[in-house]
Amino acid sequence: MCTSPQSERFRLNSQLAQMLKGGVIMDVTTVEQALIAQEAGAVAVMALERVPSDIRKQGGVARMSAPELIKAIKEAVTIPVMAKARIGHFVEAQLLEALKIDYIDESEVLTPADEECHIDKTKFAIPFVCGARNLGEAARRIAEGAAMIRTKGEAGTGNVVEAVRHMRAMNREIRQLTSLPEEEVGPFCKTNGVPLEVARQVRELGRLPVVNFAAGGLATPADAALMMQLGCDGVFVGSGIFKSADPAKRARAIVKATAYFNDPAKVLEASMDLGEPMPGIEMKTIPEAERLASRGW
Amino acid sequence: MIGILDLQGGVVEHLGHFKRLGVPARRVKTLEELDTLTGLVLPGGESTCLGRLLRIFGLDAAIRRRAAAGLHMWGTCAGTILLANEIEGETPHLRLLDITVRRNAFGSQLDSFNTVATVPEVAPKPVPLTFIRAPVITRVGPGVRVLLEVRGATAAVTAPGILATIFHPELTPTLAFHAYFARQCGLTPLLPASGPTDPAWSPEAWTQLAPLPGPAASG
Repeated sequence: MCTSPQSERFRLNSQLAQMLKGGVIMDVTTVEQALIAQEAGAVAVMALERVPSDIRKQGGVARMSAPELIKAIKEAVTIPVMAKARIGHFVEAQLLEALKIDYIDESEVLTPADEECHIDKTKFAIPFVCGARNLGEAARRIAEGAAMIRTKGEAGTGNVVEAVRHMRAMNREIRQLTSLPEEEVGPFCKTNGVPLEVARQVRELGRLPVVNFAAGGLATPADAALMMQLGCDGVFVGSGIFKSADPAKRARAIVKATAYFNDPAKVLEASMDLGEPMPGIEMKTIPEAERLASRGW
Repeated sequence: MIGILDLQGGVVEHLGHFKRLGVPARRVKTLEELDTLTGLVLPGGESTCLGRLLRIFGLDAAIRRRAAAGLHMWGTCAGTILLANEIEGETPHLRLLDITVRRNAFGSQLDSFNTVATVPEVAPKPVPLTFIRAPVITRVGPGVRVLLEVRGATAAVTAPGILATIFHPELTPTLAFHAYFARQCGLTPLLPASGPTDPAWSPEAWTQLAPLPGPAASG
Protein backbone atom coordinates (compact mmCIF):
# COMPACT_ATOMS: atom_id res chain seq x y z
CA MET A 1 0.00 0.00 0.00
CA CYS A 2 1.27 3.44 -0.85
CA THR A 3 -0.85 6.42 0.08
CA SER A 4 1.15 9.18 -1.60
CA PRO A 5 -0.63 12.53 -1.87
CA GLN A 6 -1.49 11.70 -5.49
CA SER A 7 -3.03 8.31 -4.75
CA GLU A 8 -6.71 7.49 -4.87
CA ARG A 9 -6.65 6.28 -1.25
CA PHE A 10 -5.13 9.54 0.00
CA ARG A 11 -7.84 11.43 -1.85
CA LEU A 12 -10.61 9.33 -0.23
CA ASN A 13 -8.98 9.90 3.16
CA SER A 14 -8.72 13.67 2.83
CA GLN A 15 -12.30 13.67 1.50
CA LEU A 16 -13.54 12.01 4.69
CA ALA A 17 -11.93 14.92 6.58
CA GLN A 18 -13.77 17.31 4.23
CA MET A 19 -17.06 15.71 5.32
CA LEU A 20 -16.16 16.45 8.97
CA LYS A 21 -15.81 20.20 8.30
CA GLY A 22 -17.83 22.44 10.60
CA GLY A 23 -18.09 19.65 13.13
CA VAL A 24 -16.86 18.75 16.61
CA ILE A 25 -14.71 15.68 17.34
CA MET A 26 -14.93 14.63 20.98
CA ASP A 27 -12.59 12.65 23.24
CA VAL A 28 -14.38 9.72 24.91
CA THR A 29 -13.08 7.09 27.32
CA THR A 30 -16.09 4.75 27.64
CA VAL A 31 -18.94 3.40 25.51
CA GLU A 32 -21.40 5.51 27.53
CA GLN A 33 -19.44 8.69 26.77
CA ALA A 34 -19.24 7.75 23.08
CA LEU A 35 -23.03 7.43 22.95
CA ILE A 36 -23.47 10.79 24.71
CA ALA A 37 -21.09 12.40 22.19
CA GLN A 38 -22.90 10.87 19.22
CA GLU A 39 -26.30 11.91 20.56
CA ALA A 40 -24.99 15.45 21.13
CA GLY A 41 -24.01 15.72 17.46
CA ALA A 42 -20.28 14.94 17.42
CA VAL A 43 -19.03 14.22 13.88
CA ALA A 44 -16.52 11.69 15.23
CA VAL A 45 -15.20 10.40 18.54
CA MET A 46 -11.61 9.98 19.66
CA ALA A 47 -11.46 6.75 21.67
CA LEU A 48 -8.89 6.85 24.45
CA GLU A 49 -8.24 5.46 27.93
CA ARG A 50 -7.56 8.74 29.68
CA VAL A 51 -8.42 12.26 28.57
CA PRO A 52 -5.39 14.58 28.30
CA SER A 53 -6.06 16.34 31.62
CA ASP A 54 -5.79 12.96 33.43
CA ILE A 55 -2.67 12.02 31.45
CA ARG A 56 -1.20 15.36 32.55
CA LYS A 57 -2.14 14.75 36.20
CA GLN A 58 -1.15 11.10 36.44
CA GLY A 59 2.06 11.31 34.42
CA GLY A 60 3.94 8.15 33.42
CA VAL A 61 4.06 6.82 29.87
CA ALA A 62 0.86 7.31 27.89
CA ARG A 63 0.40 4.68 25.16
CA MET A 64 -2.19 3.65 22.58
CA SER A 65 -5.47 2.72 24.32
CA ALA A 66 -6.36 -0.92 24.96
CA PRO A 67 -7.67 -2.35 21.67
CA GLU A 68 -10.72 -3.91 23.37
CA LEU A 69 -11.82 -0.46 24.54
CA ILE A 70 -11.44 1.00 21.04
CA LYS A 71 -13.28 -1.99 19.58
CA ALA A 72 -16.17 -1.63 22.05
CA ILE A 73 -16.53 2.07 21.20
CA LYS A 74 -16.36 1.33 17.46
CA GLU A 75 -19.16 -1.21 17.86
CA ALA A 76 -21.32 1.18 19.88
CA VAL A 77 -21.43 4.17 17.49
CA THR A 78 -22.15 4.78 13.81
CA ILE A 79 -20.07 7.98 13.52
CA PRO A 80 -16.35 7.74 12.63
CA VAL A 81 -14.01 6.52 15.35
CA MET A 82 -10.50 7.90 15.73
CA ALA A 83 -7.78 6.70 18.10
CA LYS A 84 -4.31 7.87 19.03
CA ALA A 85 -0.94 6.29 18.30
CA ARG A 86 2.30 7.53 19.82
CA ILE A 87 4.46 9.76 17.61
CA GLY A 88 6.69 7.45 15.58
CA HIS A 89 5.04 4.25 16.87
CA PHE A 90 4.20 2.72 13.52
CA VAL A 91 3.25 -0.63 15.06
CA GLU A 92 0.56 0.99 17.21
CA ALA A 93 -0.63 2.51 13.94
CA GLN A 94 -0.61 -0.94 12.31
CA LEU A 95 -2.78 -2.25 15.16
CA LEU A 96 -5.24 0.63 14.80
CA GLU A 97 -5.41 -0.03 11.07
CA ALA A 98 -6.06 -3.72 11.74
CA LEU A 99 -8.85 -2.67 14.13
CA LYS A 100 -10.40 -0.89 11.13
CA ILE A 101 -11.11 2.36 12.88
CA ASP A 102 -11.61 5.39 10.64
CA TYR A 103 -8.74 7.76 11.48
CA ILE A 104 -5.46 7.64 13.43
CA ASP A 105 -4.26 10.64 15.42
CA GLU A 106 -0.46 10.50 15.63
CA SER A 107 -0.54 12.45 18.83
CA GLU A 108 1.80 14.40 21.09
CA VAL A 109 -0.70 13.77 23.91
CA LEU A 110 0.79 10.27 24.17
CA THR A 111 4.44 9.81 25.10
CA PRO A 112 6.49 9.81 21.88
CA ALA A 113 7.98 6.47 20.86
CA ASP A 114 10.49 8.10 18.54
CA GLU A 115 12.07 11.48 19.15
CA GLU A 116 13.40 11.81 15.61
CA CYS A 117 10.95 10.26 13.17
CA HIS A 118 7.23 10.55 12.77
CA ILE A 119 5.31 7.63 11.22
CA ASP A 120 5.66 7.23 7.45
CA LYS A 121 1.97 7.61 6.84
CA THR A 122 2.22 6.88 3.12
CA LYS A 123 2.68 3.21 4.06
CA PHE A 124 -0.87 3.01 5.44
CA ALA A 125 -4.30 2.84 3.81
CA ILE A 126 -5.92 4.33 6.91
CA PRO A 127 -5.93 8.15 7.21
CA PHE A 128 -3.90 10.12 9.76
CA VAL A 129 -4.47 13.44 11.47
CA CYS A 130 -1.42 15.13 13.01
CA GLY A 131 -0.86 18.11 15.29
CA ALA A 132 1.12 21.20 14.30
CA ARG A 133 2.24 24.44 15.93
CA ASN A 134 3.14 26.26 12.75
CA LEU A 135 3.26 25.94 8.97
CA GLY A 136 6.53 24.00 9.00
CA GLU A 137 5.16 21.24 11.23
CA ALA A 138 1.90 21.07 9.29
CA ALA A 139 3.72 20.88 5.96
CA ARG A 140 6.13 18.18 7.17
CA ARG A 141 3.23 16.05 8.40
CA ILE A 142 1.44 16.53 5.06
CA ALA A 143 4.61 15.50 3.22
CA GLU A 144 4.68 12.37 5.43
CA GLY A 145 1.14 11.55 4.31
CA ALA A 146 -1.21 13.16 6.87
CA ALA A 147 -4.68 13.69 5.32
CA MET A 148 -5.78 16.15 7.99
CA ILE A 149 -4.03 18.63 10.31
CA ARG A 150 -5.00 20.04 13.69
CA THR A 151 -3.38 22.63 15.91
CA LYS A 152 -1.57 21.09 18.86
CA GLY A 153 -2.74 23.67 21.36
CA GLU A 154 -1.88 22.53 24.88
CA ALA A 155 -4.09 19.52 25.55
CA GLY A 156 -5.70 18.95 28.95
CA THR A 157 -5.36 22.54 30.13
CA GLY A 158 -8.78 24.00 29.35
CA ASN A 159 -6.76 26.99 28.15
CA VAL A 160 -7.24 27.93 24.49
CA VAL A 161 -4.23 30.28 24.31
CA GLU A 162 -1.85 27.78 22.69
CA ALA A 163 -4.37 26.70 20.03
CA VAL A 164 -4.83 30.39 19.16
CA ARG A 165 -1.06 30.87 19.03
CA HIS A 166 -0.66 27.88 16.69
CA MET A 167 -3.50 28.88 14.38
CA ARG A 168 -2.27 32.46 14.15
CA ALA A 169 1.26 31.24 13.45
CA MET A 170 0.05 28.94 10.64
CA ASN A 171 -2.10 31.65 9.06
CA ARG A 172 0.66 34.27 9.33
CA GLU A 173 3.24 31.99 7.76
CA ILE A 174 0.85 30.96 4.98
CA ARG A 175 0.18 34.63 4.19
CA GLN A 176 3.94 35.30 4.17
CA LEU A 177 4.67 32.36 1.93
CA THR A 178 1.94 33.23 -0.58
CA SER A 179 3.18 36.81 -0.92
CA LEU A 180 6.89 36.02 -1.43
CA PRO A 181 8.63 36.48 -4.79
CA GLU A 182 9.66 33.15 -6.29
CA GLU A 183 13.37 33.48 -5.40
CA GLU A 184 12.57 33.90 -1.70
CA VAL A 185 10.52 30.70 -1.48
CA GLY A 186 13.55 28.45 -1.10
CA PRO A 187 15.08 30.45 1.77
CA PHE A 188 11.65 30.67 3.49
CA CYS A 189 11.29 26.90 3.24
CA LYS A 190 14.78 26.38 4.62
CA THR A 191 14.20 28.71 7.59
CA ASN A 192 10.76 27.31 8.40
CA GLY A 193 11.40 23.65 7.59
CA VAL A 194 8.69 23.55 4.92
CA PRO A 195 9.07 20.83 2.26
CA LEU A 196 9.22 22.56 -1.11
CA GLU A 197 6.45 20.52 -2.77
CA VAL A 198 3.99 21.41 0.02
CA ALA A 199 5.11 25.05 -0.09
CA ARG A 200 4.26 25.19 -3.81
CA GLN A 201 0.79 23.82 -3.10
CA VAL A 202 0.20 26.27 -0.23
CA ARG A 203 1.27 29.18 -2.48
CA GLU A 204 -1.14 28.06 -5.17
CA LEU A 205 -4.11 27.51 -2.83
CA GLY A 206 -3.47 30.26 -0.26
CA ARG A 207 -4.08 27.78 2.57
CA LEU A 208 -3.22 24.24 3.64
CA PRO A 209 -4.23 21.69 0.99
CA VAL A 210 -5.97 19.55 3.64
CA VAL A 211 -8.60 20.16 6.30
CA ASN A 212 -7.25 21.91 9.41
CA PHE A 213 -9.05 21.58 12.77
CA ALA A 214 -8.41 23.32 16.08
CA ALA A 215 -7.38 21.22 19.07
CA GLY A 216 -5.84 21.58 22.50
CA GLY A 217 -7.45 23.46 25.38
CA LEU A 218 -10.91 24.23 23.99
CA ALA A 219 -13.46 24.20 26.82
CA THR A 220 -16.39 26.50 25.95
CA PRO A 221 -18.73 27.20 23.02
CA ALA A 222 -16.98 30.57 22.70
CA ASP A 223 -13.59 28.83 22.43
CA ALA A 224 -14.93 26.74 19.55
CA ALA A 225 -16.40 29.77 17.77
CA LEU A 226 -13.14 31.67 18.31
CA MET A 227 -11.11 28.96 16.58
CA MET A 228 -13.64 28.77 13.73
CA GLN A 229 -13.48 32.53 13.23
CA LEU A 230 -9.69 32.27 13.12
CA GLY A 231 -10.14 30.02 10.09
CA CYS A 232 -10.20 26.46 11.42
CA ASP A 233 -12.36 23.99 9.49
CA GLY A 234 -13.73 22.34 12.65
CA VAL A 235 -12.73 21.57 16.24
CA PHE A 236 -11.56 18.80 18.55
CA VAL A 237 -12.65 18.99 22.18
CA GLY A 238 -10.78 16.70 24.54
CA SER A 239 -11.03 17.03 28.30
CA GLY A 240 -13.30 20.08 27.89
CA ILE A 241 -16.49 18.04 27.64
CA PHE A 242 -16.27 15.08 29.99
CA LYS A 243 -14.34 17.03 32.67
CA SER A 244 -17.13 19.62 32.87
CA ALA A 245 -20.15 19.61 35.21
CA ASP A 246 -22.73 18.64 32.56
CA PRO A 247 -20.99 16.89 29.64
CA ALA A 248 -24.08 16.16 27.50
CA LYS A 249 -25.27 19.75 27.69
CA ARG A 250 -21.82 21.21 27.05
CA ALA A 251 -21.27 18.83 24.12
CA ARG A 252 -24.54 19.93 22.49
CA ALA A 253 -23.67 23.58 23.13
CA ILE A 254 -20.24 23.31 21.50
CA VAL A 255 -21.78 21.58 18.44
CA LYS A 256 -24.28 24.44 18.14
CA ALA A 257 -21.63 27.15 18.55
CA THR A 258 -19.36 25.51 15.97
CA ALA A 259 -22.14 25.37 13.37
CA TYR A 260 -23.15 29.00 14.00
CA PHE A 261 -19.69 30.36 14.86
CA ASN A 262 -20.35 33.64 13.02
CA ASP A 263 -23.63 34.35 14.82
CA PRO A 264 -22.94 35.83 18.30
CA ALA A 265 -26.62 35.56 19.29
CA LYS A 266 -26.59 31.81 18.68
CA VAL A 267 -23.19 31.31 20.36
CA LEU A 268 -24.57 33.26 23.34
CA GLU A 269 -27.67 31.07 23.41
CA ALA A 270 -25.39 28.02 23.36
CA SER A 271 -23.34 29.42 26.25
CA MET A 272 -26.26 29.74 28.68
CA ASP A 273 -26.69 27.54 31.78
CA LEU A 274 -23.91 25.09 31.08
CA GLY A 275 -22.69 24.67 34.66
CA GLU A 276 -19.00 24.63 35.53
CA PRO A 277 -16.48 24.22 32.70
CA MET A 278 -13.39 22.10 33.32
CA PRO A 279 -10.88 23.83 35.60
CA GLY A 280 -8.22 25.58 33.52
CA ILE A 281 -4.45 25.78 33.91
CA GLU A 282 -2.40 28.94 33.34
CA MET A 283 0.47 28.25 30.91
CA LYS A 284 3.14 29.86 33.11
CA THR A 285 2.55 27.21 35.77
CA ILE A 286 3.41 24.36 33.39
CA PRO A 287 7.15 23.64 33.30
CA GLU A 288 8.64 23.48 29.79
CA ALA A 289 9.32 19.74 30.17
CA GLU A 290 5.62 19.05 30.79
CA ARG A 291 4.38 20.87 27.69
CA LEU A 292 2.86 18.34 25.32
CA ALA A 293 2.99 20.65 22.29
CA SER A 294 6.79 20.56 22.17
CA ARG A 295 6.74 16.82 21.46
CA GLY A 296 7.42 15.99 17.81
CA TRP A 297 9.18 18.46 15.51
CA MET B 1 -31.51 29.98 -6.51
CA ILE B 2 -30.29 26.71 -5.05
CA GLY B 3 -29.45 26.53 -1.35
CA ILE B 4 -26.91 24.27 0.33
CA LEU B 5 -27.75 23.43 3.94
CA ASP B 6 -24.75 24.90 5.78
CA LEU B 7 -24.71 23.35 9.24
CA GLN B 8 -21.82 20.90 8.86
CA GLY B 9 -20.16 18.83 6.14
CA GLY B 10 -19.39 19.16 2.44
CA VAL B 11 -20.97 22.54 1.74
CA VAL B 12 -18.34 24.40 -0.29
CA GLU B 13 -17.87 21.37 -2.57
CA HIS B 14 -21.50 21.68 -3.75
CA LEU B 15 -21.28 25.47 -4.01
CA GLY B 16 -18.21 25.11 -6.21
CA HIS B 17 -19.93 22.71 -8.59
CA PHE B 18 -23.00 24.93 -9.04
CA LYS B 19 -20.66 27.89 -9.57
CA ARG B 20 -18.88 25.95 -12.32
CA LEU B 21 -22.27 25.51 -14.00
CA GLY B 22 -23.20 29.18 -13.66
CA VAL B 23 -26.12 28.17 -11.44
CA PRO B 24 -26.89 30.65 -8.62
CA ALA B 25 -26.35 28.93 -5.26
CA ARG B 26 -25.81 30.01 -1.67
CA ARG B 27 -25.41 28.70 1.85
CA VAL B 28 -28.50 28.20 3.99
CA LYS B 29 -28.15 28.40 7.77
CA THR B 30 -31.42 29.94 8.95
CA LEU B 31 -35.17 29.72 8.47
CA GLU B 32 -35.29 33.02 6.57
CA GLU B 33 -32.70 31.83 4.08
CA LEU B 34 -35.01 28.99 3.02
CA ASP B 35 -37.36 31.47 1.34
CA THR B 36 -36.84 32.27 -2.35
CA LEU B 37 -35.08 28.93 -3.01
CA THR B 38 -36.18 26.61 -5.80
CA GLY B 39 -33.88 23.80 -4.69
CA LEU B 40 -32.13 22.71 -1.50
CA VAL B 41 -29.13 20.39 -1.24
CA LEU B 42 -28.60 18.40 1.96
CA PRO B 43 -24.85 17.74 1.79
CA GLY B 44 -22.67 14.94 3.07
CA GLY B 45 -21.51 15.14 6.67
CA GLU B 46 -22.67 13.29 9.77
CA SER B 47 -26.42 12.73 9.71
CA THR B 48 -26.69 12.54 13.52
CA CYS B 49 -25.08 15.99 13.80
CA LEU B 50 -27.09 17.49 10.92
CA GLY B 51 -30.35 15.95 12.17
CA ARG B 52 -29.83 17.30 15.65
CA LEU B 53 -29.08 20.85 14.43
CA LEU B 54 -32.10 20.75 12.06
CA ARG B 55 -34.30 19.85 14.98
CA ILE B 56 -33.09 22.34 17.58
CA PHE B 57 -33.36 25.28 15.20
CA GLY B 58 -36.76 24.26 13.82
CA LEU B 59 -35.31 23.88 10.34
CA ASP B 60 -36.75 20.36 9.97
CA ALA B 61 -40.38 21.53 10.14
CA ALA B 62 -39.62 24.50 7.87
CA ILE B 63 -37.94 22.29 5.25
CA ARG B 64 -40.87 19.87 5.32
CA ARG B 65 -43.29 22.75 4.77
CA ARG B 66 -41.21 24.15 1.90
CA ALA B 67 -40.86 20.68 0.33
CA ALA B 68 -44.64 20.25 0.46
CA ALA B 69 -44.91 23.62 -1.33
CA GLY B 70 -42.66 22.45 -4.19
CA LEU B 71 -39.06 23.02 -3.04
CA HIS B 72 -36.82 20.54 -4.87
CA MET B 73 -34.50 18.53 -2.65
CA TRP B 74 -31.25 16.63 -3.23
CA GLY B 75 -29.53 14.61 -0.52
CA THR B 76 -25.96 13.34 -0.94
CA CYS B 77 -24.71 10.63 1.45
CA ALA B 78 -25.78 11.93 4.89
CA GLY B 79 -28.36 14.04 3.06
CA THR B 80 -30.01 10.85 1.81
CA ILE B 81 -30.24 9.63 5.41
CA LEU B 82 -31.91 12.93 6.40
CA LEU B 83 -34.52 12.54 3.63
CA ALA B 84 -35.39 8.89 4.34
CA ASN B 85 -38.71 7.79 5.81
CA GLU B 86 -36.91 5.03 7.72
CA ILE B 87 -33.39 4.56 9.09
CA GLU B 88 -32.52 1.06 10.29
CA GLY B 89 -32.27 1.16 14.10
CA GLU B 90 -32.70 4.92 14.38
CA THR B 91 -35.36 7.61 14.41
CA PRO B 92 -35.81 9.18 10.95
CA HIS B 93 -35.32 12.91 10.38
CA LEU B 94 -37.22 14.69 7.56
CA ARG B 95 -39.25 11.71 6.25
CA LEU B 96 -39.60 13.21 2.77
CA LEU B 97 -38.67 10.13 0.72
CA ASP B 98 -40.18 6.66 0.99
CA ILE B 99 -36.96 4.68 1.35
CA THR B 100 -35.20 2.80 4.13
CA VAL B 101 -31.47 3.40 4.63
CA ARG B 102 -28.76 1.56 6.52
CA ARG B 103 -26.09 3.92 7.85
CA ASN B 104 -22.42 3.36 7.12
CA ALA B 105 -23.26 0.15 5.29
CA PHE B 106 -19.99 -0.62 3.50
CA GLY B 107 -17.78 -0.64 6.63
CA SER B 108 -15.11 1.71 7.97
CA GLN B 109 -13.11 4.37 6.12
CA LEU B 110 -10.87 1.57 4.80
CA ASP B 111 -13.91 0.41 2.79
CA SER B 112 -14.59 3.82 1.21
CA PHE B 113 -14.14 3.54 -2.57
CA ASN B 114 -14.35 5.09 -6.02
CA THR B 115 -16.03 3.53 -9.00
CA VAL B 116 -17.40 4.47 -12.40
CA ALA B 117 -20.95 3.91 -13.66
CA THR B 118 -23.42 5.06 -16.25
CA VAL B 119 -26.63 6.70 -15.09
CA PRO B 120 -28.49 7.16 -18.41
CA GLU B 121 -31.01 9.64 -17.05
CA VAL B 122 -28.22 11.89 -15.74
CA ALA B 123 -25.43 11.55 -18.33
CA PRO B 124 -24.94 9.38 -21.42
CA LYS B 125 -21.33 8.50 -20.58
CA PRO B 126 -19.88 6.82 -17.47
CA VAL B 127 -19.25 9.18 -14.53
CA PRO B 128 -16.90 8.79 -11.54
CA LEU B 129 -18.58 8.04 -8.19
CA THR B 130 -17.07 8.47 -4.73
CA PHE B 131 -18.45 6.58 -1.72
CA ILE B 132 -17.22 7.75 1.72
CA ARG B 133 -18.49 5.63 4.63
CA ALA B 134 -21.65 5.53 2.57
CA PRO B 135 -25.11 4.38 3.62
CA VAL B 136 -27.17 2.11 1.36
CA ILE B 137 -30.82 2.29 0.41
CA THR B 138 -32.28 -1.06 1.52
CA ARG B 139 -35.93 -0.47 0.58
CA VAL B 140 -37.56 1.63 -2.10
CA GLY B 141 -41.23 2.51 -1.71
CA PRO B 142 -43.83 2.86 -4.46
CA GLY B 143 -43.35 6.07 -6.42
CA VAL B 144 -39.57 6.01 -5.91
CA ARG B 145 -37.50 5.17 -8.97
CA VAL B 146 -34.04 3.56 -8.80
CA LEU B 147 -31.46 5.41 -10.95
CA LEU B 148 -28.39 3.35 -10.09
CA GLU B 149 -27.25 0.23 -8.30
CA VAL B 150 -23.64 -0.25 -7.24
CA ARG B 151 -22.23 -3.47 -5.77
CA GLY B 152 -25.76 -4.83 -5.48
CA ALA B 153 -26.93 -1.84 -3.44
CA THR B 154 -29.35 0.90 -4.45
CA ALA B 155 -27.16 3.99 -4.79
CA ALA B 156 -29.34 6.67 -6.39
CA VAL B 157 -33.12 7.17 -6.49
CA THR B 158 -35.56 9.82 -7.54
CA ALA B 159 -39.17 10.68 -6.69
CA PRO B 160 -41.22 13.72 -7.68
CA GLY B 161 -39.19 16.76 -6.54
CA ILE B 162 -36.49 14.66 -4.86
CA LEU B 163 -33.08 13.22 -5.76
CA ALA B 164 -31.02 11.07 -3.39
CA THR B 165 -27.49 9.78 -3.98
CA ILE B 166 -25.47 7.83 -1.44
CA PHE B 167 -22.25 8.91 -3.21
CA HIS B 168 -20.60 12.32 -3.63
CA PRO B 169 -20.63 13.84 -7.14
CA GLU B 170 -19.33 17.04 -5.53
CA LEU B 171 -16.06 15.24 -4.70
CA THR B 172 -15.42 14.33 -8.36
CA PRO B 173 -14.91 16.34 -11.57
CA THR B 174 -18.37 15.39 -12.87
CA LEU B 175 -20.95 18.17 -13.03
CA ALA B 176 -23.64 15.86 -14.45
CA PHE B 177 -25.64 15.39 -11.24
CA HIS B 178 -25.54 19.09 -10.38
CA ALA B 179 -26.72 19.96 -13.89
CA TYR B 180 -29.49 17.34 -13.61
CA PHE B 181 -30.68 18.76 -10.27
CA ALA B 182 -30.48 22.36 -11.53
CA ARG B 183 -32.70 21.40 -14.49
CA GLN B 184 -35.16 19.73 -12.11
CA CYS B 185 -35.27 23.07 -10.25
CA GLY B 186 -36.12 24.85 -13.51
CA LEU B 187 -32.66 26.43 -13.88
CA THR B 188 -30.38 26.31 -16.92
CA PRO B 189 -26.91 24.98 -16.20
CA LEU B 190 -24.11 25.95 -18.59
CA LEU B 191 -22.21 22.73 -19.18
CA PRO B 192 -18.65 23.03 -20.52
CA ALA B 193 -18.42 22.33 -24.27
CA SER B 194 -16.28 19.29 -23.45
CA GLY B 195 -19.17 17.61 -21.60
CA PRO B 196 -20.22 17.19 -17.98
CA THR B 197 -16.66 16.80 -16.67
CA ASP B 198 -14.81 19.92 -15.59
CA PRO B 199 -11.20 19.56 -16.76
CA ALA B 200 -10.11 22.37 -14.43
CA TRP B 201 -11.38 20.61 -11.29
CA SER B 202 -8.79 19.27 -8.82
CA PRO B 203 -9.22 17.41 -5.51
CA GLU B 204 -8.12 20.62 -3.75
CA ALA B 205 -10.71 22.78 -5.57
CA TRP B 206 -12.80 23.01 -2.38
CA THR B 207 -10.09 25.09 -0.68
CA GLN B 208 -10.91 28.06 -2.93
CA LEU B 209 -14.22 28.50 -1.14
CA ALA B 210 -12.69 27.82 2.30
CA PRO B 211 -9.95 30.49 2.45
CA LEU B 212 -8.11 31.86 5.47
CA PRO B 213 -9.95 34.76 7.12
CA GLY B 214 -9.16 37.99 5.28
CA PRO B 215 -7.75 41.20 6.79
CA ALA B 216 -11.33 42.38 7.44
CA ALA B 217 -12.01 39.56 9.92
CA SER B 218 -12.28 40.74 13.49
CA GLY B 219 -9.77 38.09 14.61
